[in-house]
Amino acid sequence: MANRRARPNGLNVTIDGVEMSAVEGESVLDVARRAGAAIPTLCYLDGLSVHGGCRVCLVEVDGEHAPRLACSTPVTDEMEVRTATEAITEHRRIVVELLFAEGNHICAVCVSNGSCELQDLASEVGMDHVRFPYQYPDRAADASHPKYVFDPQRCILCTRCVRACAEIEGAHVWDVAARGADSYLVTELNLPWGEAPSCTWCGKCVTVCPTGALAFKGRAIGEMEHDTDLVGFLARARTEGEWEGRS
Amino acid sequence: MAKTIDLFQVADEELEARSRFTCRIKTCASTACLSAGAGPVRTALEQAVAAAHAGHDIEVVPTGCMGLCSKGPLVRAEPRGASPTLFEQVTAEGGRAIAETFTGQRSEPDVTVLDESIPFFTQQRRVVLKSAGKINPDRLEDYVAEGGYRAVLTALTEMTPQEVIEVIRDSGLRGRGGAGYPTATKLGLLADAQGETKYVVANGDEGDPGAYMDRTIMEDDPHRVLEGIILAAYATGASQAYIYVRAEYPSAIERLERAIRDARRHGLLGRNILDNSFRLDVAVRIGAGAFVCGEETALMASIEGKRGTPSIRPPYPTERGLWGAPTMINNVETLANLPEIIAGGADAFASVGTGSSKGTKVFALAGKLQHTGLIEVPMGITLRTIVYDIGGGIPNGRSFKAAQTGGPSGGCIPAAHLDTPVDYESLRALGSMMGSGGLIVMDDTVSMPEVAKFFMEFCMDESCGKCVPCRAGTVQLHELLGKICDGKATRADLQLLESLSWTVRDTSLCGLGQTAPNPVFSTLHYFRNEYLDLVAGGR
Ligand SMILES: Cc1cc2nc3c(=O)[nH]c(=O)nc-3n(C[C@H](O)[C@H](O)[C@H](O)COP(=O)(O)O)c2cc1C
Repeated sequence: MANRRARPNGLNVTIDGVEMSAVEGESVLDVARRAGAAIPTLCYLDGLSVHGGCRVCLVEVDGEHAPRLACSTPVTDEMEVRTATEAITEHRRIVVELLFAEGNHICAVCVSNGSCELQDLASEVGMDHVRFPYQYPDRAADASHPKYVFDPQRCILCTRCVRACAEIEGAHVWDVAARGADSYLVTELNLPWGEAPSCTWCGKCVTVCPTGALAFKGRAIGEMEHDTDLVGFLARARTEGEWEGRS
Repeated sequence: MAKTIDLFQVADEELEARSRFTCRIKTCASTACLSAGAGPVRTALEQAVAAAHAGHDIEVVPTGCMGLCSKGPLVRAEPRGASPTLFEQVTAEGGRAIAETFTGQRSEPDVTVLDESIPFFTQQRRVVLKSAGKINPDRLEDYVAEGGYRAVLTALTEMTPQEVIEVIRDSGLRGRGGAGYPTATKLGLLADAQGETKYVVANGDEGDPGAYMDRTIMEDDPHRVLEGIILAAYATGASQAYIYVRAEYPSAIERLERAIRDARRHGLLGRNILDNSFRLDVAVRIGAGAFVCGEETALMASIEGKRGTPSIRPPYPTERGLWGAPTMINNVETLANLPEIIAGGADAFASVGTGSSKGTKVFALAGKLQHTGLIEVPMGITLRTIVYDIGGGIPNGRSFKAAQTGGPSGGCIPAAHLDTPVDYESLRALGSMMGSGGLIVMDDTVSMPEVAKFFMEFCMDESCGKCVPCRAGTVQLHELLGKICDGKATRADLQLLESLSWTVRDTSLCGLGQTAPNPVFSTLHYFRNEYLDLVAGGR
C-alpha cells in the first residue's frame, strides 16, 4: 500500500540513477512513481490487491538474475533499480504484442479508442506492428445487462474488474473460468450478466477496465472514458479516512 | 482412544509370523503391473494355494513396484532358506504354475525367470524405495517389521526438534521436487516462523509427463511418507499436515488414507504421538490434476479451495502460506528420505552421492531402452551407466541421441555428455535439470524440434492463464515450433522463437512459464542444425 510520507531515516533506493528515500513496505512502483519514472502498468491499480499477471511493470534490480515486478517487489535499502533498459523495453513490447495477438483488438471500432491503456502502452513501447500471428479467438459479447456491455474480444484478463467487484464492492460477481489461452471472464456462475443476481449495478468493474472490454451501454466509438482513480480513492477513504484528492 | 503401538513387539511378531511360511510369494500390485494384468495373476496364485490347502505354508503378498515395469507382471517367490526367484511377464496361468511349484504339485513352472544379477538391479541403490516391492503397503505391521516408525520414536524420545533439523542439515538432503533447495534450511524457516498453527504439505501432485516416482512411493510405501511427514512436523512445530495428490492417483489416495487411519489407530498420529506431548493430524487433499498445481503457491490455493493459480513470492509459504499461516511444502520423495536419515544417521546418508548432491534419486526411466521402469540410483552416477547398464542400451540396433531430464522444465542432453554425473549442478550446467525424476531416452530416429514442440504443447495446455507471457507466449512458441517442424519457417521465425523464449523465461510469473522455453533452449543449443535444416526448407 502506498505510503506517501517518506521519513528521512528510511531506506535509500536508486531509481534510474535518482536517489530516493523510501520507507519499509513501499513497493518499487510506489517509489519509482515518486521519482518520476514512467513504469507502465496494466493489471495494477491503486486501491486493488496486487495481481502480478500483466508483467509490463518489470524492472531490473541490481543483483537479481531475472527482472522483478515493480508492483509487488518491496523496496530494500540500497536497492538499485533500472526501469527502462533495452532488455526491459523489449520484454514489454513482446508482452504487448502477445496481448494484441491473443485478443481481437481493433482500435478503429472500439468504444475506448483514444482512452485505452493498452493502446497507450502500445505506442509507449513503440509497437508499430505485431510480429506474432493473430489468434482471432471466437468470443461472444454479453449485452444482457441493462446498463453495461462486456466484450471479451477486448479483454486482457487483467482481473481489475474481478478485484474491484470482490474487494471494493464486495459483490464478487466476476471471476475467471477455464485455463491458459482458454481463460475467460464469467459473471456469477457463468450466467449472463443481466441475470446475475449478485450484481449491484455499481459499475465499478466498468470504471476500472483498462480497455474497451467493459463499457457503458450506448457509447459510440471512442466515447468510453474510464474513471480508474475511483477505486483508489474509495480504498483510501475507507482505510485511511482520507476524502481528499477528488473533485 | 488410540492404543499406542509397541514397535518392537509388533516387529517381532510380524517377523515370527513370516518365518512360519515355507514360501512367501510376492506379486506386484502396483499400477504398471496391474495394467499389464497383475490382478488375475494374484487371484490365480491365491486360488492355487487355497486349492492345495497350503495357506499355512505359503503366503501370497501383494506388494508395490519391483522396478522393472517393462517386464511386468512380476512375481517373486521367496522360499524359506533358499534363494528367491523373480518371474517376469507372468500370466494367470503362470501364476498358478508358480504356486503349484511351491505346493509341491509340479517341479518347475513354465515361466521366464528374470535374473536379478543384471545391472538393472545391481546398479541401483534403494533408500526411498527400500521397502517398495517387498512389503504389503496396506499393512502397517509390514512397515514396522522393516524398522518403520523407529525414526519417529527416536526423534520424539531422544531428540529436540532442533537436533532433528541438524541431522538433516548434516545429511545434505536437498529437495527432490525439482529445484534442489536444501531441506534443512526450509525446515529451519518453518521452525522459526511464528504462528499458532503451522502446516506441512507433502507435494504429490507429480504432473510431469511420464513421471511416476512419487505415485510409486505413495502407493508402495505410504507409511514411509507418513513417517517423513511426522518427522518434518516434529522438527518444525507443525500440527497439521496435508498430502496433496492428484485425482488420477486413486490407489495412492486409497493407500495413504488407509495408512493414515492405521497410524492414528496405533497412536502414531493424533494427540500424544507414541505417548509424547507431540500432536499431528494428516489429511489427504485431492487435486484435479493440473500440472501448475504442483507449484507451491498454486497448490496452496487449490488446498484452500480456490482456483489453482500461482501467486507472487514473496511472501514465501513459510512466512504466509495456507490460510495465511506458516507453511512448508516438500516433495513426497524428499519427505520419504527423512526416516532413513534419522534412523541411519546423517553420515550414512551423506556417504552416497557427490559433494553437493547427497543420497539417491528415483527416476522414472522411459523411452528407447531395453529396460524401462522405476529406478533409484546414487547421485553422481553417470548418464551412461543409467542408459547402457541399468537401461540395457538402445534396442533395435539404433543409437542413443539424447536423454531428456526435468520434464517440460528440463532439457535434452546429447551423447557427448553421457559421462556427466547426475547431480543438481552438473545437469543444470548442461541446460537441463534434475527435475522431479522423469528420464526419457531418445534414439536417433527422433526429431529434436518435434521434442521441443511436444513439451511446449504440454506447457501451453497446462498454463493457468494468469500471466500474459505464459498464457499467450506458449501459444505463439508452440505455433512457431509447429511452423518450423512443418518446414514452413524462415530464419526470422527462428529468431523470433529465440527472443520470445527469452521473454517467456524472464517475465513469467511462476516456474511453469519461466522454464517452459528450456526444451527449446537446450535443443537449439545441442541440435541447432536440425532447426537450420528445417528452416532452410522454408522460404
Ligand atoms: C509448474 C510447476 C510444477 C511443479 N510440480 C511439482 C510437483 O508435481 N511435485 C513437487 O514436489 N514439486 C513440484 N514443483 C515444485 C514445487 O513448487 C516446490 O518447489 C517443491 O514441492 C518443493 O519441494 P522440495 O523442496 O522437497 O523439492 C513444481 C513447480 C512448478 C513451477
